[in-house]
Amino acid sequence: MSSQASVAPSLWEGGRSPYATNSKKFGMWLFIISDSLTFSALLFAYTYSRVTNPDWPKPFDFTPAIIFSTVMTLCLLSSSLTMVMAVHAMNHGNRGATVRWILATMAGGGAFVVLHLSEWLKLINVEGVTPAHNPWNVPLFGGTFFAITGLHMTHVVCGLIYLTFIAVGVGRGKFKAEDVEVSGLYWHFVDLVWMFVFPLVYLMSARVG
Amino acid sequence: MSEHVEELHVGGSTGTFMKVWIALLAMTGIEVLLAYEQVPTLIMLTVLMGLSIVKAALIIAYFMHLKFEKLSLFLTLFPMLIFCIVLMLVFLGDAARIPNMRPTF
Repeated sequence: MSSQASVAPSLWEGGRSPYATNSKKFGMWLFIISDSLTFSALLFAYTYSRVTNPDWPKPFDFTPAIIFSTVMTLCLLSSSLTMVMAVHAMNHGNRGATVRWILATMAGGGAFVVLHLSEWLKLINVEGVTPAHNPWNVPLFGGTFFAITGLHMTHVVCGLIYLTFIAVGVGRGKFKAEDVEVSGLYWHFVDLVWMFVFPLVYLMSARVG
Repeated sequence: MSEHVEELHVGGSTGTFMKVWIALLAMTGIEVLLAYEQVPTLIMLTVLMGLSIVKAALIIAYFMHLKFEKLSLFLTLFPMLIFCIVLMLVFLGDAARIPNMRPTF
């Protein structure tokens, strides 16, 4: 062992940080990887259900439903940009700017949740789509749609709560740059998941004219 | 050592982030345009998935700073993830055959 160490001291022999990250960040990455598998499994369940049902409905009119969900996508993408700016400001030690950027991020996320909920309510109340029933007699459509978008919305809401704690803490002089960065990782992941949900669930079901 | 680590974490500039954001918006715009044009399903799905993977890569590399982390972190996390996701495709061929196996009365 000692002869090996004298030849080439390896990063992997213990006592050092081979990834050069702190534990919080590595923990968040592990969570993100496992959560991506959850979302992948749901999206594959959706794909399989759709492929096996030739009469799968296309319920989203280009105007207004697709335009509406595009605006939601815009909110989430922009909130990712403001989150990056928050991390950037915190890395440069500017706590005031960090809090403002996090609040902007939360505004984007909040807008997403409000728009999404109003879309849900319209689907449920006006078009009669629920998790178990819909006018097209393909119950799996409602089941998969509400499961995927519901789990995603839960993530956004959890992200908003998480960011509230971070913003309050940063404002009071608590937390380090890496804490903001870890919350940023979570927020970008929520955005990233939407980058797959939006095309697969909405754009593939668009109806023009 | 700690100074070096800190330097690694402060990756990218405001200009880069803006460029990435504009690229993401542009790709989303292309996707929505494809939906409007009602492109045939298979082409549509291929292009959408391709663009989504590029978008995901941009978000992971720049917004999530993975480009500025050590390569070993990427190698620990992502090959396994991609392998597991690809494994979920295994039964897609069977799923696609099911509609053709329905009895016709």
